[in-house]
Amino acid sequence: MNANKTAAMVLDEIRAEALRSWEQMRQKTLIAVGAATCGRAVGALEVAGVFREEIERLKVDAAVIEVGCMGHCYAEPMAFIFKPGFPGICYGYLNEGLAARLVRDFLVDGDPCVEFALAADGVNDFIPTFQDFPRGLVEQKMVMEHCGLIDPENIEHYLAVGGYGALAAALAMDPGEVAKLVKASGLRGRGGAGFPTGSKWDLCRAAGEKTRYVICNADEGDPGAFMDRTILESNPHLVVEGLAIAAYAVGAGKGYFYIRAEYPLAVERIRKALDQAGKYGILGKSVLGTGFGLEIEVFQGSGAFVCGEETALIASMEGKPGLPRHRPPFPSEAGLFGKPTVINNVKTLSYVPYILRNGADRFKETGTPGSPGTAIFALAGKLVNTGLTEVPMGTTLRQIIYDVGSGIAGNSNFKAVQIGGPSGGCLPGETLDTPIDFDSLTRAGAMMGSGGIVVLDENDCMVEMARFFLDFTQKESCGKCTFCRLGTRHMLGILERITRGEGRPEDMDLLLELAGDIRAGSLCSLGKTAPNPVLSTLKYFRDEYEAHIFEKRCPALMCKDLIAYYILPHKCERSCDACVGSCPVEAIYSNEDRIKVINQEKCVKCNSCLVACPPQYRAVVKVSPPDLAAGKEKENDERKSQDNH
Amino acid sequence: MSGKVRITIDGKAIETAAGEKILWAALDNGIYIPHLCSIRENHSPFASCRLCFVEIEGYPGPVTACTEGAAEGMAVRTRSERVDRLVRTGFEMIMSNHRTECGVCPKNRSCALQKIAKERGLRLKPGRLEKLDRNLPVDDTAESIIYDPNKCVLCGRCVWTCKKTGSGTLGFAKRGFDRMVTTFLEAPLGESGCSGCSACAEACPVGALALKR
Ligand SMILES: Cc1cc2nc3c(=O)[nH]c(=O)nc-3n(C[C@H](O)[C@H](O)[C@H](O)COP(=O)(O)O)c2cc1C
Ligand code: SF4
Ligand code: SF4
Ligand code: FES
Ligand code: FES
Repeated sequence: MNANKTAAMVLDEIRAEALRSWEQMRQKTLIAVGAATCGRAVGALEVAGVFREEIERLKVDAAVIEVGCMGHCYAEPMAFIFKPGFPGICYGYLNEGLAARLVRDFLVDGDPCVEFALAADGVNDFIPTFQDFPRGLVEQKMVMEHCGLIDPENIEHYLAVGGYGALAAALAMDPGEVAKLVKASGLRGRGGAGFPTGSKWDLCRAAGEKTRYVICNADEGDPGAFMDRTILESNPHLVVEGLAIAAYAVGAGKGYFYIRAEYPLAVERIRKALDQAGKYGILGKSVLGTGFGLEIEVFQGSGAFVCGEETALIASMEGKPGLPRHRPPFPSEAGLFGKPTVINNVKTLSYVPYILRNGADRFKETGTPGSPGTAIFALAGKLVNTGLTEVPMGTTLRQIIYDVGSGIAGNSNFKAVQIGGPSGGCLPGETLDTPIDFDSLTRAGAMMGSGGIVVLDENDCMVEMARFFLDFTQKESCGKCTFCRLGTRHMLGILERITRGEGRPEDMDLLLELAGDIRAGSLCSLGKTAPNPVLSTLKYFRDEYEAHIFEKRCPALMCKDLIAYYILPHKCERSCDACVGSCPVEAIYSNEDRIKVINQEKCVKCNSCLVACPPQYRAVVKVSPPDLAAGKEKENDERKSQDNH
Repeated sequence: MSGKVRITIDGKAIETAAGEKILWAALDNGIYIPHLCSIRENHSPFASCRLCFVEIEGYPGPVTACTEGAAEGMAVRTRSERVDRLVRTGFEMIMSNHRTECGVCPKNRSCALQKIAKERGLRLKPGRLEKLDRNLPVDDTAESIIYDPNKCVLCGRCVWTCKKTGSGTLGFAKRGFDRMVTTFLEAPLGESGCSGCSACAEACPVGALALKR
């Protein structure tokens, strides 16, 4: 390569070729099927197969590619069809029949079947665009801009949309200036703690040792979190570019992707991306002809939650047991093999190209002063539309739940939102209008964590919620330190007895005391944050704890030991036997009026009868405390015997 | 580590090597701080027992003395309301998971747990917490030592020492509450390649690994 060329010139040459094939591809019809893990789970590959077969059979001049996820996971399988003369049209809820029909009606006969269209990518008279959705007003895509629109396995697509331009720009700068720019942007780590990324890079740069490493943390162990997986699967080159810029800024010649082994597609796509980048001279001995050398490798993690913690992650890469150690020294001073090491989360690194391309000020225009940029959340729970969303920091929970998620599913009412996974907390309705960022969430008693949002409704018990997360952390504790190993175990024990109806009056105070001490006394952040689900539910939903402890009542009718099933006599249809047959233990009998009655002694609370009872009757209900049912039955019997007299 | 620094611990002026861990500086000067897991020769402390908390002026909260290096002018306090609360809870947790049978224990009267209880006025019985006995089998297959995992406080001193002797027979296995000290493939000590040096029994601060009498 010519030594006089700048990185930008080298990149321009590579990109010219990529643009040519991109243009060529766009001249004919293109079907882009969303085939990330979320799409594959509901049959995206089969849908793509039908598209291919039908195109072949009907001799249509079109190409089918598999792309990543746009975040509208609720509507998967999805496909974008770009047909010359039409706007790009996105179809959701696809199946094999629908795919065949789209090829026939749209590609052959020219009818775009607007009744199946979800949205279009450009303004037109028939189909709304994604920006016209209520969520379009809230969402803003810095990281996910190209997710679901380019082929993640084809570097030319990434190049055609401007990829690796940020790396070329960085290579033209002094490494210190790159770190300074990232620092000026105010970017904070998205791995959970929100540590300023530029400062972390500076710490590493200041370390005496010259052999340095960069690591992308893609362990993503939070239950329910899948943002990192989606980004790696949908736009792997974006993360590679971010990691390469980090490496250049801190002077690291070697980088790693630490990806959990449960993410085979992400591993495959990152490997392919690294391979292609190497072939194009974007990685390797002389990155874009500049003489800066960078090798990047994939390391597959063992899958333990605690291995996402940076010191445990490093230990496991060194071949040692994946246990956290005391910090300081921080990895930026003494990390992998004792060398200065920058560890950043997938999302953190994905913002870096944006900042290089657009500058620090432009980045800071989005978000809050303390947490600039966007946040990426995985929405789950009792929502109409679940999936991924990218919104500016400072968006309120209300906007996320009602505009992005389209509100609460079914006929039920919002109760709380669990945010931040096992290290986060449950926030009540009063907090819905708080603009959310790193600091406001911490103040409210939750945490940004990895960005999982689970929406809970009135059928969710908050004590059970706390128990669920404590059960998780207790199982995932590495067991090294006293407070985490034994403290979480004791907290779980207390929560279990409360949900069993054996809670004691002093249990709430004991939980608070233990929570405070575990937070202050644990070695790593797994232990330090483990009490958050308990503390936040005790703070906002103390009445539910009290109901369990003092009245042996579960207000959400969720805790099995505190409920009973009861058939409302006035609602029972008599001639219907649906519940009787559904009961696995034959606990339901007909009384002399042919009204169904549950034998409480026999009932195993499996919920079958409640499901079996036809919706027009809804005669089976849950009651709490459980002795309510027995009481009611006695009343009925008494009334009956009086009537008989 | 270069030169000496002057610090105070509980108001007492002390001269110690720069970077010396506060725990050792205190113990050298007759000031007691509860501790189970630290080993002076090990320069990357486990910091796992979480009993050696102290307050250092200017720090937002208590820190572990076995990880905190001495620096010029440092003012350390070994007791405070926050420290006492952490030590009490940490110790209570350990005791909730320790099979306490001092009467028949080989370490009776030389046990670190008894010492902590006495120094800090704590009880050996966990007051607020349920007892969590692990009910693991006692291993008496080795010639000179006996291992009762139910008494183990997971300090790791034996593991470090065993490795130091070159034997490397002992190690940790399992995670979370089930974490335990054991041998490769959990073989009984007698069939594990243990050299019988009994260095571990010497290192064990409690009665979990002890010499056979
Ligand atoms: C128990 C535990 C699990 C963690 N898991 C992850 C993870 O899966 N991914 C991640 O990026 N950070 C995880 N972290 C945070 C990392 O320790 C580290 O702070 C982060 O990778 C730094 O990257 P950032 O500065 O870009 O946020 C975890 C921390 C703890 C305590
Ligand atoms: S809850 Fe299950 S066990 Fe109980 S009565 Fe209904 S079907 Fe039978
Ligand atoms: S056996 Fe003794 S020395 Fe080994 S970890 Fe247990 S308590 Fe510590
Ligand atoms: S056991 Fe891992 S933080 Fe305590
Ligand atoms: S002696 Fe400091 S944590 Fe054990």
